Amino acid sequence: MVLGNYKQVVAARSTDPEILRGAQDGGIVTQLFAYALDAGIIDGAIVAGPSDEPFKPEPMVATTREELMASRGTRYSISPNMSLIKEVTRSYGLDKVGVVGTPCQMQALRKGQLYPVGLRDVPDKIALAVGIFCMENFPYQGIIQLVEDHGATKLDNVRKLDIGKGKFWIYTERGATVDLPLKVTHKYEQPGCHVCLDYVANLADISTGSVGAPDGWSTIFVRSAKGDDIWAKAIAAGAFETKPIESVKPGIDLVTKLATDKITKNQKYLESRATEYGVGKALRNPYI
Amino acid sequence: MGILESLKALLFGKHDVSEGKKDEKPEPAVQKAEPVKTESVPATEKPADVIVEKKASIIQEPKEEKPVAEKITVGHVHMSGCTGCLVSFADNYEGLLTILDKYADLVYCLTLADVRHIPEMDVALVEGSVCINDHLSVEEIIETRKNSKIVVALGGCACYGNITRFCRGGQMNQPQHEGFLPIGDLIDVDVYIPGCAPTPQQIRNVCVMAYLLLKGNDEQKALAGAYLTPFMNLAKAGTEACGCDIMTQVINQGLCMGCGSCAAACPVRAISMEYGKPQIERDLCIKCGACYAQCPRSFFSFDVVNQYEAIMDAIDAAMQP
Ligand SMILES: Cc1cc2nc3c(=O)[nH]c(=O)nc-3n(C[C@H](O)[C@H](O)[C@H](O)COP(=O)(O)OP(=O)(O)OC[C@H]3O[C@@H](n4cnc5c(N)ncnc54)[C@H](O)[C@@H]3O)c2cc1C
Ligand code: SF4
Ligand code: SF4
Ligand code: SF4
Repeated sequence: MVLGNYKQVVAARSTDPEILRGAQDGGIVTQLFAYALDAGIIDGAIVAGPSDEPFKPEPMVATTREELMASRGTRYSISPNMSLIKEVTRSYGLDKVGVVGTPCQMQALRKGQLYPVGLRDVPDKIALAVGIFCMENFPYQGIIQLVEDHGATKLDNVRKLDIGKGKFWIYTERGATVDLPLKVTHKYEQPGCHVCLDYVANLADISTGSVGAPDGWSTIFVRSAKGDDIWAKAIAAGAFETKPIESVKPGIDLVTKLATDKITKNQKYLESRATEYGVGKALRNPYI
Repeated sequence: MGILESLKALLFGKHDVSEGKKDEKPEPAVQKAEPVKTESVPATEKPADVIVEKKASIIQEPKEEKPVAEKITVGHVHMSGCTGCLVSFADNYEGLLTILDKYADLVYCLTLADVRHIPEMDVALVEGSVCINDHLSVEEIIETRKNSKIVVALGGCACYGNITRFCRGGQMNQPQHEGFLPIGDLIDVDVYIPGCAPTPQQIRNVCVMAYLLLKGNDEQKALAGAYLTPFMNLAKAGTEACGCDIMTQVINQGLCMGCGSCAAACPVRAISMEYGKPQIERDLCIKCGACYAQCPRSFFSFDVVNQYEAIMDAIDAAMQP
C-alpha cells in the first residue's frame, strides 16, 4: 500500500516539444491540463504560478494554455494550491476544476470533498486532480539559504532546481551546475512534512513524478475511474508517448523503496511525538 | 468493497445487487398506499375536511412509493440562530426532497411545519446557540436532549457560539439578554457540523450516514461510524473555536504543511497565506470553527478518506430521486 491504489503505472512524456522545453520532467502535468482544457474536461486548473520572487510559487487559476505554460517546472517551496479551491468555483466561475498538488494537497482535497465543512459546492466540481510525488518541501527562506548561501548562486540567475540522484541540483541560466549533498538540505525541510505518510500522491486521479523514469520522462500512476478515463482519452488523442514501466531504468522498484523509506521514517517520528516529547504528555496526532 | 455493495443494496432497496426479485418488495408498499387514497376520496364530499386529508396524503405518498427500509425521524431545532443553517440544508435542492422521500421524516421544524412542541426524534439538528437569560430557550435545549437519540450541533453557533460569542447585552428590548452559550455547554452533543454556514453537502452526508448508523446492517453502521467519528470527536473536544486553533493546534504542534485549506474554508477571508503559512486576522474572525475542521492536519482518517471514490459514488447514488 505504500504506492496506493492504482489501475496502471507507466513511463511517459508529453508529445508537445513546447511543453517539454520548460517542464520539470516529462511535462505530464502541463500536458494533462492542456489536453483536458482543449477537450472540455476541465475549464481551468489551479496550478503553482509564478510570483514576483524567483522560484517562489503562487497559486493561480489557469484557464489558458499560456497560463499553464507559465506554471511549468518544480518550485521546491510551499504553494498553497488549496487556498483557491473555493474561490475557483466562485469569482472564477469554474464548474470543472483541475488541480495539481503534492500528496498532502491531494489529501486536503479529498478530505474537502468528503467533509466539506467550509467548502460549499466544491465536492462535485473537481474534474481532474493531478498529484506530484513529494519527499519533502521547503519554506521559501530555506530555498534562499540553500541556493544563495550553500550554493553561492543568485536565485535570479537560476533556470531550474531539481532533487534527484541523492543531490540538490542548481542549474543557472548561463549553463553552470551546482550540486549540494541532500544532507545539507535536511534542516531546511518544512517540519510539517515529517508527519507525512504519502510519497506518490495516493489520492490523486493521476499521479506523476520523476523517480523511476529516465531523465526527461515521468512515472505515472493512473488511479481513479476518472483518471483512467481521462488518461485513455489523452493517449488516444496522441498527447503522450509511453513505455511500459518494466522497460525503463531504474523503474518501479526505486519508487517503492523511496516510498517505503519515507513512510517508515515519518511513522517513526509520529510515534516519537507520542512518547519522547515531554513527560506524561504527547504531541497531537492528526491521524485518528 | 463489501461495505459499499451492501450500502448500495440498502440505499437502492436491492435494485443493484439482486436480480428478479427486486420488484417484490415495492408492490406491497404500493398496495398499502391505496387504502390511504381511498380514504381521502369520500372525504372530498365534505369540503372542510378535504384540505386536511390531502395534507396527510401528501406527506405519506412518497414514503409509500419508495421501496426503502424504515425512515428515521429528524427535527430542526432553532435556538439563537439565523436560519442560514436550515437554508443550507434546503440548498440541497432536490437532494432535500430525496432525503425526505427516502430516509427521513421531518417531524419538527418551526420554519417549515406546524408542529408546536419538540417531539421525540432520532436526530435533532440544532442550530443557534442558547441565550441563558431566556428561560424558554434553556428549557427547549434540555427538552431536545431528552427527546433525541442523536443531537447534532448544526453550524458554527450551535457548535462554538460563533458570532453570538460577541454578544454582551444592552440592546432594546431585552438589554439583559447577554449570555449566549454553544449548546454543548448545556447538554451533551453527539455530532458537530461546524461552519458558518455549514455546507449543504456536509449536512447531506451526515444525514445519509446518520440513517445508516441507525438503520443499516453492521457493516453499514461501521462505515457510518467511521465517517462520523471525527465530528463526534470534535463534539467531545469542546465548545471553543477560533482562527487561533490553526495556530495552537496545527502550526504550534508542528503539523502545518501549508496546503491553504484553512484559507479557502474561512467565510470571512480572515486567513491569508504568507510564505506558505496561514496568517490570521483575528479581528476579522467570527469564531465559526471551519478552518480547523477543514484542515487536513486537524483530523484525517486514512480508513475513510482512502475510500473517497466509493463513498462519494455511494452518496451520489443515495441522492438519486
Ligand atoms: C516540493 C516538491 C517535491 C517533489 N519531490 C519529488 C520526489 O521526491 N520525487 C519525484 O519523483 N518527484 C518529486 N516532485 C515532482 C517533480 O518535481 C515534478 O513536479 C513532477 O514530476 C511533474 O513534472 P512534469 O514535468 O510532469 O510537470 P510540469 O509540466 O513541469 O508541471 C509542473 C507542475 O507542478 C506544479 N508545481 C510546481 N511547484 C509546485 C509546488 N511547490 N506545489 C504544488 N505544485 C507545484 C506546477 O503548477 C505545474 O503545474 C516534487 C515536486 C515538488 C513540488
Ligand atoms: S512531504 Fe508531504 S507534507 Fe510535505 S509537502 Fe510533500 S506531501 Fe506535503
Ligand atoms: S478564521 Fe475564519 S474559518 Fe477560522 S474560525 Fe475564524 S472565521 Fe471561522
Ligand atoms: S489547512 Fe492546516 S495544514 Fe493546511 S495551511 Fe491551514 S493550518 Fe496548515
